Amino acid sequence: MGRGMKRWMLWLPLAVFALLFAVVAAGLFRPADRTVRSAMIGKPIPNFTLPGMVPGKPGLATATLTAGRPHLVNVFASWCVPCIAEAPQLMRLKAMGVPIEGIAIRDTREDLLGFLRRNGDPYERIGDDQRSAVQVALGSSGVPESFVVDGAGTIVLQHVGDIRAEDVDDIAAAVRNAK
Amino acid sequence: MAALCIALAAPVLADPSTPPAALAYTQLRDPAQEATAKALMETLRCLVCQGQSIADSDASLAGDMRSLVRERIAKGENPASIRAWLIQRYGDYVTYDPPLSAVTWPLWLAPIVLLAVGALLARQSFRRRPR
Repeated sequence: MGRGMKRWMLWLPLAVFALLFAVVAAGLFRPADRTVRSAMIGKPIPNFTLPGMVPGKPGLATATLTAGRPHLVNVFASWCVPCIAEAPQLMRLKAMGVPIEGIAIRDTREDLLGFLRRNGDPYERIGDDQRSAVQVALGSSGVPESFVVDGAGTIVLQHVGDIRAEDVDDIAAAVRNAK
Repeated sequence: MAALCIALAAPVLADPSTPPAALAYTQLRDPAQEATAKALMETLRCLVCQGQSIADSDASLAGDMRSLVRERIAKGENPASIRAWLIQRYGDYVTYDPPLSAVTWPLWLAPIVLLAVGALLARQSFRRRPR
């Protein structure tokens, strides 16, 4: 190795350190998005049949979602705190004419009835997903999450977390456009 | 007053009260099948507490996923197809054993490159100062 090469090698550790520092600093100021998104967007809704759990309200099955009308499928639970915050927005979407179907994750009948009494009931149907099986089949990783499903049963949009007031118009438009 | 408030405060429940799935905390009867299921569970990410595998996590979704893995193994499905099914739902993020792809090739290639650089450096320093 020549003299010039050796001098250059002397600075190498510092350069590597500076590079590492820059990478770590960038991660500190712009943390990575840890939201787990479903890989099912653009794919047909999986096959499932969930029994009902509220008197007078049917359960939910794939056939309902492939019958030609777009839907908003809301994955929720009575034990989920953000679902309470989301409830008024779902009532607004219902008032705007959006058909909303519910999938209740690991819920009991009494808890769910209490939740609907306190927070309103925007659901046309509610399916009872005791073992989170349909939730996993949809690629959903928590509650609440909502999926826009078009008339043919293709998932066109996923909303992770509670639907806030500012999201309502976009979601209503996505359902309208999902013929 | 503060003590009274604490005593009266109801805890906010943010976890389901329903019992865990049948095979969430119960091993399969066949030890070979259980070993296969366990090995797979250790390489699947818990989607709630994202640093843990579903084998390590106590989240209810992780329990349901363990039950799903054990049920499918018991039915004779092979681990690769269960992993592929989950990747179809959640993307590569769900597995700690990422497949080789355009995004993941540095993960696979980096150790080999580092080993080669190390070998090169070692060879040069030994050559410089021979015993």
